[in-house]
Amino acid sequence: MLETIRVVPIDYYVYLSTLLFVIGVFGVLTRRNAIVVLMCVELMLNAVNLLLAAFSTYLNDSQGQIMVFFIMVVAAAEAAVGLGILVMIYRNTKSTDISLLDKLRH
Amino acid sequence: MNSLIPLIPFLPFIGFLINGLFGKNLSKNAVGIIGSGTLLASFLLSVACFNQVGATGPIQSTLYNFMSVGNLQVNFGFLVDHLSVWMMLIVTGVGFLIHVYSIGYMHDDEGLWKFFAYLNLFIFSMLLLIMGDNLLMLFFGWEGVGLCSYLLIGFWNKNREYVKAANKAFIMNRIGDLGLLIGIFLIYKTFGSVNFSEIFAAIPTIQPEAGVVTLICMLLFIGAMGKSAQIPLYTWLPDAMAGPTPVSALIHAATMVTAGVYLVARCNPLYSLSPDAMHFVALIGLVTCIFAAVIGLRQNDIKKVLAYSTVSQLGLMFVALGMGAYASAIFHVTTHAFFKALLFLSAGSVIHGMGGEQDIRKMGGLRKAMPVTFWVFLIGTFAIAGFPLLSGFFSKDEIFAYTWAHGGKVWWGLAGLGAMFTAIYMCRLLYVTFFGEFRGTAEQKHHLHESPKVMTIPLMILAVLSVAGGFLNTPHFMHLGNEQWLAHWFSSVGATGLPVIPMAEMHLEPSTEWGLMGFTTSLAVAIIIALYFIYGKISNLPVTDAEQTGLTRLIANKFYVDEIYDFLVVKPLEKLSRLFYHYVDIQGIDGLVNGIGTGVQRLGAEFRKLQNGNIEYYLLGMVAGAVLLLLTLLI
Repeated sequence: MLETIRVVPIDYYVYLSTLLFVIGVFGVLTRRNAIVVLMCVELMLNAVNLLLAAFSTYLNDSQGQIMVFFIMVVAAAEAAVGLGILVMIYRNTKSTDISLLDKLRH
Repeated sequence: MNSLIPLIPFLPFIGFLINGLFGKNLSKNAVGIIGSGTLLASFLLSVACFNQVGATGPIQSTLYNFMSVGNLQVNFGFLVDHLSVWMMLIVTGVGFLIHVYSIGYMHDDEGLWKFFAYLNLFIFSMLLLIMGDNLLMLFFGWEGVGLCSYLLIGFWNKNREYVKAANKAFIMNRIGDLGLLIGIFLIYKTFGSVNFSEIFAAIPTIQPEAGVVTLICMLLFIGAMGKSAQIPLYTWLPDAMAGPTPVSALIHAATMVTAGVYLVARCNPLYSLSPDAMHFVALIGLVTCIFAAVIGLRQNDIKKVLAYSTVSQLGLMFVALGMGAYASAIFHVTTHAFFKALLFLSAGSVIHGMGGEQDIRKMGGLRKAMPVTFWVFLIGTFAIAGFPLLSGFFSKDEIFAYTWAHGGKVWWGLAGLGAMFTAIYMCRLLYVTFFGEFRGTAEQKHHLHESPKVMTIPLMILAVLSVAGGFLNTPHFMHLGNEQWLAHWFSSVGATGLPVIPMAEMHLEPSTEWGLMGFTTSLAVAIIIALYFIYGKISNLPVTDAEQTGLTRLIANKFYVDEIYDFLVVKPLEKLSRLFYHYVDIQGIDGLVNGIGTGVQRLGAEFRKLQNGNIEYYLLGMVAGAVLLLLTLLI
C-alpha cells in the first residue's frame, strides 16, 4: 500500500491539492448559490486532507492522518450546521442566492 | 466674652439661613423680626464687647485654623480692638435701624424674605471684614459685601437697567479687589504673615524698603478706591442707587463704602511709613471730594444727589486719612453713617409717599404732607452742611483743621470748596423737595402720605444721633467737655502693644482754630439762608433736561465720565472680545474641535463603504488577506 502511494512523486500530490484548493476558492468567490459555495468549501478542506495524508505517508508520521480525521469531523459538523442555516435561509427568502444576504449592511 | 465673639457675625448669618431657606413660607412680619432680631442681638453683644474692650483692652478669639500652607498660617480669628469694636457698633446699630425701616419700606414687595436674607448676609460679611484678625478674613468679608451689594442693587432684577447697574458695581469693585489682593500677596512676601498684629509687630524688625511699603499702600488703596468709590472707580456708586432705598442707605452710604476708609485706618502703621502713599491718598480724596460735589449740584434724582454726596464725603474721609488724621476719618465715618443713613432713609420715605417718584422737579411742598420726614431730612441736611453743633459740623471741622495744619492753605481751601458745594446741593435738595408748591400729578398729590411708624421711628433715632453724634469728639479749644474722646479711645493700646490709631498731631493756636471754624461755619449758614431765597419759594422748577446749556449741561451729564469710560475701556474691550470671539474662539478653537469631529466622520463614511453586506466581497477580502499573509511568509 505504501509502495503504491509512493509510486506517485510527492510533487504531484502537491500540485493536485493546490489545484483542488484553488478550484474551491474560485468557486467560493464566484458562485452565488449557497449550496455550491458550501460544496466548494468542502472541496478546499478535502484538498488539504489529501495533502496531509500524502505527506503523512511519505514522512512515515501518523500525525498527519490524525489531523485528517479531525478535519473530516469538523467538516461534517460544518456541513450539518451550514445546511441547517441554508434551509432556514431558503424558507425565509425562497432563494439560496447569497448575494441577497446583505441585511447586515444596514 | 471671648466665646461669644463669633456669635456677633454668625447671628446675622443664622438669620440669613433661616430667611433664605424658609423665608418663603414665613409671614412677612416673621421674616422682618428674624432679620432685625438677630441683628439686634449682635448689636447688644457688640455693646458688651465695647465695654469689655474699654475695660481690659483688645480681645482676640480664634475659631479654628483656616489654612496652613508652609509658612502661611491663617486662622479664622477675630480681633476686637478699639477700632473694630467701634465699626461693629456702627454696622450693627445703624444696620438694625435700617432693617427695622425696611420692614415698612419693603412691606408690599413679594421678595421681602429674599431681601432680608441678603441684608443679613451683608451684615455677616461686613462684620467679618471688620472683625477679621488677618487680611485674608478681611478679603473674605470684602468679597462677601461686594457680592451682597451686587445682589441687592439688582434686587428688582426684572428691570434690565438695574441688572446692568449691579454688574457695573460688581465689575468695578473687582478691579479694585485685584489691587487689594496683590497688596495682600506683597504684604505676605514682605512680612511673612497676613495677620494684622504680626505684620505691624514685624515692621521695626524687618525694616522694609520705602518703595515696597509705598507699593503695598498704593495697592491696598486701589482696593479702597473700588470699594469706597474714589476716582477713577467711583461711577458704580451713583448707578447703585438702582437698589431699594434701604440698601442705598445701609450699603452704599453708611457701611460698605466705608470699608476702604477702615482698611487704610487699620493699616495706618504701614501708611505712616510712606508719605508718598499718604499724599496720593489725600490727593485722590480731594479730587473726588470736589468732583463729585460739583456733579451733585445739577442732579435731579433725589437718590443720585445723595449718591454723589456720599462719593464726595468719602473723598473727604480720604483727605483726612492722607493728612494722617485717621481718627478724624473714622469720626467722620461715624457721623456720616448717622446723617447719610438718615438722609437716604428719609429720601426713601419721600419716594414711598410719592409712589416711586424720584425726580425732585416733580416734588415740592412736601413739608405739609410729610412733617416727620421733613424735619428729619432738615436735620440731616443741616448736619451734612455743617450747621453749628450738629454732628457733621464737628467731624468736618476737625478734618479741615488737620488739612490746614498738615496740608496747608491750598488744601484747606480746596477741601472747603468741596464742603461748600456739599452745602449748596444739599440745601437745594431740601428746599426743592420740601418747600414751594407741589409740582407732581394730581394722582400723586392724592396718594401723598406720611410713612408708617415702623419707618419714622428709625428716622427719629437717626436724627437724634445726627444731632448728638458730634459730641463724641469735640475739639479741645471749644471746652465743651468730652474733648477728643473718640481720638483718645482709638489711641488706646492695641493687640501689638502700640496704639490702635496714634493721636494725630496738630499744633494750631486756638485763635486760628476759632477762625477756621468761624469761617467755614458762617459760610455754611450763609449758604443755608441764601439758598432758601433761591429755591425755597419757587412753584415751578424751570430747568428741564433740554434747556440746560454749557457748563450746567456738562455737570448734569456727570462730565460724561460714563461715556468716556465707555469709549476708552468698554467699547475697545467689547471690540477685542468680539475679535477673539470670531477669530480665536469660533475659527480657532471651535474650528479645531469641529474639524477633528468632521474629519473622523468623513473617514468613517469612507470606511463604511467596506461594510457593504456583500458576502462575496467579504470572502474576497478574506482570501486576499490570506494570500497576502502567505506572500509575506514566503518572502
